[in-house]
Parts: sequence; structure tokens; C-alpha cells
Amino acid sequence: MIKILSRFFGGLFKRKNNLKIGFYGPPNAGKTSLANLLCKDWTGEELGTVSEVPHETREVQFKEKVEIEHNGKKMLLKIVDTPGIATKIDYEDFIEYGIAKQEAKKRAKEATQGIIEAIKWLDDMDAVIIVLDATENPYSQVNLTIIGNLLARKIPVLIVANKMDLRKANVKKIEAAFPEYSVVGISAKKATNMDNFYDEIFKLTKRV
Amino acid sequence: MTMKKNSKLRGFSIHIMPYSEIRELTITERVKKILQLVLGNRVVILQGKLRPEEEIRLIEDTMAMVDHIKTFKGIELAVVDAHRGDAGFFLKMRRGIAQGLTGESNSLTVIGPASVVKEIKKDPSKIEVFFG
Repeated sequence: MIKILSRFFGGLFKRKNNLKIGFYGPPNAGKTSLANLLCKDWTGEELGTVSEVPHETREVQFKEKVEIEHNGKKMLLKIVDTPGIATKIDYEDFIEYGIAKQEAKKRAKEATQGIIEAIKWLDDMDAVIIVLDATENPYSQVNLTIIGNLLARKIPVLIVANKMDLRKANVKKIEAAFPEYSVVGISAKKATNMDNFYDEIFKLTKRV
Repeated sequence: MTMKKNSKLRGFSIHIMPYSEIRELTITERVKKILQLVLGNRVVILQGKLRPEEEIRLIEDTMAMVDHIKTFKGIELAVVDAHRGDAGFFLKMRRGIAQGLTGESNSLTVIGPASVVKEIKKDPSKIEVFFG
């Protein structure tokens, strides 16, 4: 009952310009790279570390009061970067990246807990940016499961097709996979097409 | 659906699960039943598909098990819709949610232990299951 009342009054008085925006997606799609770029652009500070090793982000990290100004409009956001969601974790995969066995086991344990934490945060989001690797097949079940859950929860979604600077990138394939969603192709690494990305963030928050 | 195997393949079995087997179960019981089979090295082929909240719960519980069971690495999961091309993801999902999204006979769900099912490659209308 308290939770219901809290949600009701929370929703009633929620300022639309202080929204929680979650970055979700599979591991190594570039969620933290994009969140870093956004935070660095508007607060001067990055959010987390990035690595070619999957599951580098193993706990939810966030930055409060990120004020974005774009085309004469301003918006205040809470940026929530989440661990990549996967259906399997094998510590031996970390060893392949040169990580020692004990450290690899520790990372695997943290990664499983990170995925559980990311899922628990889903309910808390006002809107979600799903970051996909544009060089990968978009039809993976993890992508569909995340989007299906956001749809069921009526949480607005923007899909970002990251790594569009790579030769194998196929933004059109992602657009074809999710024709009902806004898809914006970017390169977080090279900060390509960020103007369009910010346009889409403003459109996304209007749907909250 | 295509199934491929390599020379390292070890023993496993396939459990064909009619939707009726889980229809009356709660979300917790459904996920538990599926995971018990998967932990027993069974590849589950479910007639129909789980609801989105059941799929995400399956992932959540899988991660909890990976954390607690030393030899368990997780699962491979894929759903194939026979009429995927007829409607977009959003429309199908919205229609599915409205209908309760249970036991849709035109769908098949493959859930296998990651130690047995190496990869499931999926495009809109077919899935390839690689055992390893």
C-alpha cells in the first residue's frame, strides 16, 4: 500500500526534467562509452571505465543532475549506466583476455550479481536507451527480452546502434529488426552523430 | 530449426515441453521447472513462449544459479515465431501482452544449458542451434 501511494504521489509531483534515463543492452555494446560521452559533455566528468573485456561494468553506476542543453532546450537527467545483460557467464572467457584465474572467477561472480542488479533497476527507469552493437545480430533473445519487458512496463525506449564507424556495422539491420522504435546510429568512440542522438533524447523524454 | 553439432559433444537429452505442462504454474514454478531441467543437462523445447517478465525472471534466476552452482555457466535462450514476418516486433509483443502471451502455438522456445548449447543463431524466421 505504501509503495502504491509512494508511486502515485511520486508520479504526481515528478518533475519531467529530472528523469532517470537507463542505459541497457548486451555486454560490450558501448553503454558506458556513450554514458561517459554524455556525462563528459555536460558535467565534465566521466561515469565509469571502459574496456574491450566484456562485463567491465559490473554494478549499476549513475550520475545525478546532468543538464543537457541542445538547440536552445534544456533538460536535467539522472543517467543510470547498467551492467550488460547476458544469459551466461563463464570465468574462462575472462582468462582469454589475459586475466588471472582467481580474478576471472571474481569478475564472473560480480558480473552475475551485476546482471541481477540491472534487472531490478528496470522498474525504476523513466525512459531507457538501449545500446546495441551495430556489428552484431540484433535478433538476440537478450535484446528482445529487454525490449519486451520495457514495452510491458510502458517505459519509453530509444535504440542506439553504436559502433557505426566500424566496417561491419549495419544500422539498417537494427532499424529493420525494430521498425516501431526510433533508432539512431552513432559511434560513441568517435562521437559521431551526437546531434541526432541529443535530438532523440529530447523526443524520448517527451514520451515519459 | 537447424541443429548442428561438433565433435566435442557430450551426453544430453532434449525435453519437448507442451505448453500444458506449465500452463497452471506460477511464474516462480515455471522458471524453477525449466531451470531444473536445464541443470539436468536437458535442452528444453517449449511449445509456445514465456511472457516478457518470465523471460527476464529466467535470466535473473539463471544468474543467481551461476553464482551458486560451480559447474553451471548459464543458459542459451531463443524464441522463434512462425509468423515473425507478418507483424513487427512491437505489434506482436503488444498483441501478445494483451492476450496474456501464453502458449502461442506458433512459437517455439529453446532453452539449453550453456555447457551444451554453444550458440543459438537467430534471424526472424529460423534459429540454428549449435551444440558443443
